[in-house]
Amino acid sequence: MSVAPHHPPGREAPGTFGPEPQPLSLLVNGEVHTALADPATTLVEFLRDALGLTGTKIGCDRGACSACTVWIDGEVAASCMTLAIDVRERSITTIEGLSREGELHPVQRAFIEHDALQCGFCTPGMVMSCAQLVDSNPDCTLEDVKTAISGHLCRCGTYPNIFKATLAAAEMTRTAGKKK
Amino acid sequence: MSSDPLEQRTLSAGIVGDALKQVTRNVPRGEPPAWPTNAELQVVGKDVKRMDALDKVTGRARYTFDVQLPGMLYARTLNSTVPHARIKSIDTSQAEKSPGVRAVHVLERLLQAAELRDPGEEANEPYPVIRFAGQPIAAVAATSARAAEAALDLIRVEYEPIDHVTELEDAMQATSPPVFPGPTEQHATAGGGGAAKGLPQKGNLRGPSKGGSRGDLERGFKEADVVVEGEYRTQVQTHTPLEPHGVVADWRDDELTIYASTQHVLSVRDEAADIFQLPKEKIRAISDYTGGGFGAKYGIGNYGTLAIHLSRKARAPVRLVLDRREEHVSVGNRPSSLQRLKIGAKRDGSLTAIELRSFGSGGVAAGAGVGSCHHSMYSCPNVSIEHYDVFTNAGPCAAFRGPGQTQGIFAFEQAIDAVAARLGMDPIALRDKIDTRDADDVRARAAERRIGAEKIGWSRRRAPGSDTGPIKRGIGMAQSMWPYIVNSYTTCEIRIQGDGTVEAFCGTQDIGTGTRTVFAQVVAEELGLHAEDVRVHVGDSRFPPGPPSGGSRVTSSLTPAARNAAHAAARDIASRVAPLLNAKADDLIFRNGRIERRDDSKTSLGFAEALRRAGIETLVHRGDRRDDYEGYARKAGELNISPHAIGGVQFAEVCVDTQTGAVKVERVVAVHDCGRPINPKLVESQIFGGVIQGVSYALYEDRRLDGPTGVQLNANIDQYKIVGSRETPQIEVHLIELLGGQSSTDARGVAEPANVATAAAIANAFFNATGKRIYTLPMTPANVLAALRAE
Repeated sequence: MSVAPHHPPGREAPGTFGPEPQPLSLLVNGEVHTALADPATTLVEFLRDALGLTGTKIGCDRGACSACTVWIDGEVAASCMTLAIDVRERSITTIEGLSREGELHPVQRAFIEHDALQCGFCTPGMVMSCAQLVDSNPDCTLEDVKTAISGHLCRCGTYPNIFKATLAAAEMTRTAGKKK
Repeated sequence: MSSDPLEQRTLSAGIVGDALKQVTRNVPRGEPPAWPTNAELQVVGKDVKRMDALDKVTGRARYTFDVQLPGMLYARTLNSTVPHARIKSIDTSQAEKSPGVRAVHVLERLLQAAELRDPGEEANEPYPVIRFAGQPIAAVAATSARAAEAALDLIRVEYEPIDHVTELEDAMQATSPPVFPGPTEQHATAGGGGAAKGLPQKGNLRGPSKGGSRGDLERGFKEADVVVEGEYRTQVQTHTPLEPHGVVADWRDDELTIYASTQHVLSVRDEAADIFQLPKEKIRAISDYTGGGFGAKYGIGNYGTLAIHLSRKARAPVRLVLDRREEHVSVGNRPSSLQRLKIGAKRDGSLTAIELRSFGSGGVAAGAGVGSCHHSMYSCPNVSIEHYDVFTNAGPCAAFRGPGQTQGIFAFEQAIDAVAARLGMDPIALRDKIDTRDADDVRARAAERRIGAEKIGWSRRRAPGSDTGPIKRGIGMAQSMWPYIVNSYTTCEIRIQGDGTVEAFCGTQDIGTGTRTVFAQVVAEELGLHAEDVRVHVGDSRFPPGPPSGGSRVTSSLTPAARNAAHAAARDIASRVAPLLNAKADDLIFRNGRIERRDDSKTSLGFAEALRRAGIETLVHRGDRRDDYEGYARKAGELNISPHAIGGVQFAEVCVDTQTGAVKVERVVAVHDCGRPINPKLVESQIFGGVIQGVSYALYEDRRLDGPTGVQLNANIDQYKIVGSRETPQIEVHLIELLGGQSSTDARGVAEPANVATAAAIANAFFNATGKRIYTLPMTPANVLAALRAE
């Protein structure tokens, strides 16, 4: 989790936002981004349409497919079910911000290695959930992986390779941890 | 290509490691020499990593969904709220004045649905007649999606309702309200579809089509020692690609650009050209990435037509992407079926008669057949088939992974299993007896049955219903068959720059199957490079024409054209580099990034260095997909259909809770052939997907309409159950390498063969577990408990 040294300035009285679009500042991938938004703007709309961060997808727009998964303060969340104004004091990580200094997250590397994707539309969301699991629990089991992605839909049927990839990434993380 | 002069060649054919033999083929002159088996190749047959995986895991892959152009408008569609009606009037004036709105357009003609043979009085209708709830009527383009949505509420539509019918068996009744007032045709367009022409139609029943019928049915049943009969029902399944159908249309005076989530960029271009009366070269269709298709993403469609009209009116790019409900309702589904199937067999297992009376509803579209398996899979002299399409006031069907065949094999392979049970024969032994045509798929399945039986542990299979407790376990198997299809046109272009850059172009697309990767592998093999050294370009209608990603035909069509182009390029380079190495061009080989003398590998040059020293600036070579060396059994439009098919055998192990009716698929063993596997890892991924979709179809998926309103009750992902991580069984894939001696790569597809047998294998395992047949899909607790209670 990368957190910028300065948090965006939160509004003193959140109730005063809107109804017309006005500038909204969010901390996304370690940087403060400001763009116009109205109060009904969801986080995923803000990320995609205002910031051009289109790696985060929308599959159902009601929290049922998890294609829109991002991290809010390091925890997975459905960005289509989150209002942008509600995360003003929070730190958002999207798929674009997962790799650090050009180095892929172990889960991203393992997804490539194990062919854990086909059409790829669900992949950013899957990667965010699996990466959060591996970061928070490098000792995770197959059951843990299944639970972590139980809310995600992959229509291409990549699940067996996602299981393998995530467990392999967890092992990589454990090994790297021991070396340190 | 059929006019190409031919030459006789001796080639290897058969299953590698099992039964390879020499065959004689008439090969179009100029075809590259046959490749050896995969074990002797450098790049082909290897688990090369997916070329676009990095873009996909980092979110950089740009789908149509992600296209954002300067000044782009957002469009939303107004859909019918009633299932059947004439539209008396539409008033868009308030919507046009709504804040942010830039254009409104009302649809003039409905694509994808059947059309009246004689429009009669409907010719005078001001708007297309509404025949299903959710039918698109109009669309609005505005500066934001929310502004467009708000404007939809201001459009006034005056409906004059007509009686409607939503369920297949209701629609079959003579007293049912007719969905169409007269006989219909469903014309094939560049967007696909199409049903047999000129069939009779009475009420909602269109047919029968009798394709595959032969012999004397009555005599066949007389000769039979046993007869099994059953009535099988399958549900409507929706495609649910994770990226919905959508386009960004950008109309300019000199060119129309269409970004489309599609399985065929050329079909998008061609259907748009047709509708807008534009020359094809003035349209460019682009699909960098498509978020799944499964059969429903062809052509420009109603939504694409609306987006183009809006872009033309607003003079701005327009993004129109369907929401999840629209995706479920209006752009395709796998039709339902009701199959009355009767099979006669002799004591030794040989089939004497097959009778099929089938009915399928694709809503307002024709084309709800149940495939070719009943008449083409096994030897049987007497076959009678009558199929009827049944119209209902429901969204149109579209091709869906193994269209027809998936429904057909669910019934047919269960009926064969029932014949075996009745005869007291092992189901595998029965297939050994009847699966005997002289074709590659037959030889493949024979080997696949052996491999699969060993892997699943067939010998531990017990008599049906052996478990005494409420939880019952069983094993079953079923066979796949899918035509081996070659697209009638495919051209690849290879461009090589003097600095060693290699680029490959084809107007096909990669919808997640791995097309980019196999394309690069084939080119790399020929030039002695790594796959990563080849920059592949697909997904643009300006590239040389390529196949649709449907019918399991991309790899079979694309890779020979790719190899032919790369081979020509390699020979051209060899002739220019030969003097530098004091060799004849024929004596140079391309390997490990170098060009070397066959007899002396130390006399060599690096690929780029060789190009530079030979003074090569740019080389361009094109290659075509020539006809299969044995030709085709038949041609249908752009489909060349081989006398050989693609096989596959699947085994399933299930657990049935007879108290709750819950079925769990614990394990699937899938044994498949796809000619020469270009990338076994990607083939395995495809098979995982086919099996998982098959499990999902067998156990869960079920589009439900509300009778009184015709509205889909479960048009979103939380309501329409699809297999997720928890329901994914343990799946083991085993692949055979089968050479056919048919093309310069001998590769075939696998997406559909991997899907068509799964539901039947699960159903046969259900029988083995419980001793009862499950005739109705999906295997929900209600359907399971009903099956267990049946006599």
